[in-house]
Amino acid sequence: MKLKELESCLQQVDAFEDPKLLLEQYPTSPHIAACMLYTIHNTFDDIENKIVADLGCGCGVLSIGAAVLGAGLCIGFDIDEDALATFKINTEEFELTNIDMVQCDVCNLEQSVFAKKFDTVIMNPPFGTKHNKGMDMQFLKTALSMARTAVYSLHKTSTREHIQKKASDWNVKMQVVAELRYDLPASYKFHKKKSVDIEVDFIRFSFS
Amino acid sequence: MKLLTHNMLTSHVKGVVKGYPLLIKATEVKVNEVEFNPQFVSRMIPKLEWTALVQAAQGLGHLNDLPNELVPDYEKNEEFLRKVHRVLLEVEVLEGCLQCPESGREFPISKGVPNMLLNEDET
Repeated sequence: MKLKELESCLQQVDAFEDPKLLLEQYPTSPHIAACMLYTIHNTFDDIENKIVADLGCGCGVLSIGAAVLGAGLCIGFDIDEDALATFKINTEEFELTNIDMVQCDVCNLEQSVFAKKFDTVIMNPPFGTKHNKGMDMQFLKTALSMARTAVYSLHKTSTREHIQKKASDWNVKMQVVAELRYDLPASYKFHKKKSVDIEVDFIRFSFS
Repeated sequence: MKLLTHNMLTSHVKGVVKGYPLLIKATEVKVNEVEFNPQFVSRMIPKLEWTALVQAAQGLGHLNDLPNELVPDYEKNEEFLRKVHRVLLEVEVLEGCLQCPESGREFPISKGVPNMLLNEDET
């Protein structure tokens, strides 16, 4: 599948109806989701026939893309039942059968619960701003405990040094695959501008 | 919820030592056709908790002739892989709950999604 086809396919995925500030529910744009998944699939072969987890899956754009690209099974994890209900509708509209979902608090998962049960973990975690300070790193820690091969994640470029340090503390290999511009549409009332560009790193973490 | 997902789920209520396997109490089960992918099924088999899978399938009345012990050379045994495929990916629990074997805590399953959220005093 070509990148453009994947992106236009993911444009059909419904996003949050009523995003929740506390959960930092920013949608992953079809463009960014397609770029991530296309690279994970074509450059690293970490999707096809793999068991994939999507942490903080929201309405499931990354899971749906992974399923379209031939994941053996992709399981989405999210705390919010409204987001999962939209995800469910999306899955049915796409007629995808290689998707499952679990409602749980990713931040509360003990490291042992899904220890190395997945080949690949993909995620667009909360960036850990406002009320959620440090949540991005909690997601990352959980993701690393779950994956056997690799974790793919988005993080603010401004936090790269910090993440690099953590990764080396945890003995994990970190590769910035791409620098992206995350076009954050004004989702909430406190946003004054129509949209704002945030510099984001698309990172692959792997085990040596 | 597919049985492959169930095979990985554990109850992590505070104080519980062995929250696995979760007992499935289903009120609605459906079998959905899923494209057969022998490579994927073969790769998953050694990573499964086989006994938990057999128990879960049996409890739902969808054992599908799965043996209690894993057969040798299953990679080349298409008939066997198809049976495992069906149990792992096609049988879906839509409504019911999952019960923690140690604490008895029940986790509801609604519209196919298990809710593993814990209350504050359980974490």
